[in-house]
Amino acid sequence: MRPVGEAFRKGRKALVAYLTVGYPDPEATLALVPALAEAGCDLVELGIPFSDPLADGTTIQRASYEALLRGITPRRCLEIAAEVSPRAGVPLLFMGYYNPIMHYGPAAFCADAAAAGIGGLIVPDLPPEEGEALQTAAAARGISLVYLLSPTSPPERIATVAGQASGFIYLVSLTGVTGARAELSEGLEDFVARVRAVASQPLCVGFGVSTPAQAARVAAVADGVIVGSRLLQVIEEAATQGRDPVGVAAAFIRGLREAMDSVPVPE
Amino acid sequence: MRSVSGSILSALPDQRGHFGPYGGKFVPETLMPALAELEAAYTDAQGDAAFQRELGALLADYAGRPTALYYASRLSERMGGAQIYLKREDLAHTGAHKINNALGQGLLAARMGKRRIIAETGAGQHGVATATVCAKLGLDCVVDMGEEDIRRQSLNVFRMKLLGAEVRPVTSGSRTLKDAINEAIRDWVTNVGDTHYLIGSVVGPHPYPLIVRDFQSVIGREAREQMLRMIGRLPDYVVACVGGGSNSIGIFYPFLEDQSVHLVGVEAGGRGVATGAHAATLVAGTPGVLHGASMYLLQDEHGQVRETHSISAGLDYPGVGPEHSYLKDIGRAEYVAVDDEQAMAGFRLLCETEGIIPALESAHAVYQGAQMAAALPKDKLVVINVSGRGDKDMGTVAEVLGVTL
Repeated sequence: MRPVGEAFRKGRKALVAYLTVGYPDPEATLALVPALAEAGCDLVELGIPFSDPLADGTTIQRASYEALLRGITPRRCLEIAAEVSPRAGVPLLFMGYYNPIMHYGPAAFCADAAAAGIGGLIVPDLPPEEGEALQTAAAARGISLVYLLSPTSPPERIATVAGQASGFIYLVSLTGVTGARAELSEGLEDFVARVRAVASQPLCVGFGVSTPAQAARVAAVADGVIVGSRLLQVIEEAATQGRDPVGVAAAFIRGLREAMDSVPVPE
Repeated sequence: MRSVSGSILSALPDQRGHFGPYGGKFVPETLMPALAELEAAYTDAQGDAAFQRELGALLADYAGRPTALYYASRLSERMGGAQIYLKREDLAHTGAHKINNALGQGLLAARMGKRRIIAETGAGQHGVATATVCAKLGLDCVVDMGEEDIRRQSLNVFRMKLLGAEVRPVTSGSRTLKDAINEAIRDWVTNVGDTHYLIGSVVGPHPYPLIVRDFQSVIGREAREQMLRMIGRLPDYVVACVGGGSNSIGIFYPFLEDQSVHLVGVEAGGRGVATGAHAATLVAGTPGVLHGASMYLLQDEHGQVRETHSISAGLDYPGVGPEHSYLKDIGRAEYVAVDDEQAMAGFRLLCETEGIIPALESAHAVYQGAQMAAALPKDKLVVINVSGRGDKDMGTVAEVLGVTL
């Protein structure tokens, strides 16, 4: 297992890609992960599909729904992770809602995830207040439990999350659900600075990031850029046009990487 | 009554919003500050005599409370056993108990300066109650409703629109209440600054199960007092239907410490619990997390939430309130399932014996209460909560009976 911390290196901003496991099909996931790493990703989030993804916008809702129709279960996600992790070349995380993890059993899930080469977990409906069982189980297996902060988080919550998050902190760029956006929030830089003043963990910004210009803007202030819905759209468009989704997705990632690398990074 | 943890049962939830292992706040980070704000506003309102006076006046003069507790003599005679009393929430303004909570939360939203209300609805009763309160208080109102429920409950959709609400069809998942709640939460996450999510049942993250229970417990407070005044003693059984569980917790809660009173929650057995096509969460579910809380849940072996079925849209929900989940575990309340056919039998029974057309949701409780009464001696007292009236269900009932309207 590669620890999440490997994704954060001096002189380079981390690019984090989100994929729904089994979308458009399991073979695509197996091919996409190494291809995206090769194209410049430093970390890949593997989304475990859930029937009720209430933090997600329509793109990830649809991808999750289709993956579920293809029979993608948490167990299948673990198998796919185990198969792809040795050749991923980068750390892998799971992103999934709490119910399937709770149903699997937090301790069993973390044991199996670690064995499958998963270095971290993001659970969007599990704030630190409810995260004790999973945090204990994850820590026992050396898995980072990544918590989220949002622009609405007051100072005391920022301090709570900074005290408990491991791996990195996931900054939600806006008040809303996941999904590609034409514009990022105006207050993004202020938000990152507010968290930076308190937290020692790397800070990654996600929700809405869609274009190279947006990735560059985020990279100028944060330690990492997370792209999800737009990547899934690129994959979906390629698939419906009969083009190879892997090549198209890799090209999209290279575009983001170049834009991020053009941002001067202080040594 | 002492609970297993040694605390007074009616004092729950605890500081973190837990009823034993249930409840809590399983929500995206963006909503955590909004929940804290809501909790603070609610605590403040509870201690504010002016707020309580305003709510009390609206419940009395606008919603028509107290609702009657009515002795169902012909139904009692027909069943031949215990004496049956009906708590007439169907007589409340808008035709169901939902107005109690909508008024309370509407006032709370106005107090917090939130001028936009988002709500979900299944049968449409909560949507109508919310649209009504928004019209009354001058708030903007958006109601998310599953496409399937819009079809089943077209009359209530029309009522909501007349009251000035925007009704948004939800086309994801099973297109019923569960998916409408997902959409409402997504809207709330997006517009949390100016929007209050006026949730209609005792579900969702803390403090909602607490707030909705408190606003609905006026039902049980009245019923308890009415029973003591009319008969001079407490009932032996209190029976209510359970979807998310707001009318049932509302009537159960003031009786929680009265150990002699048996509390019976009636879930939707749909086509039969054995068929899998039902919404009997407490009868057939397992603990899980949905819509921000830990509670009993109908889910598959992979932890995916199952689609449910009930003849009544208002019970067609795969989760159930965390407080009910806890009451089941400690044995303070008993939960049973009544299927679609039995609910129809309960529906017709009340129409024919008492001249009262109940909501199909309430018909589940009527059937169960009547069956229980039949098996009990004549000196026992059964209270059935008639949570709403059945006008909204005419289309469904006609369809079942093969009648074209």
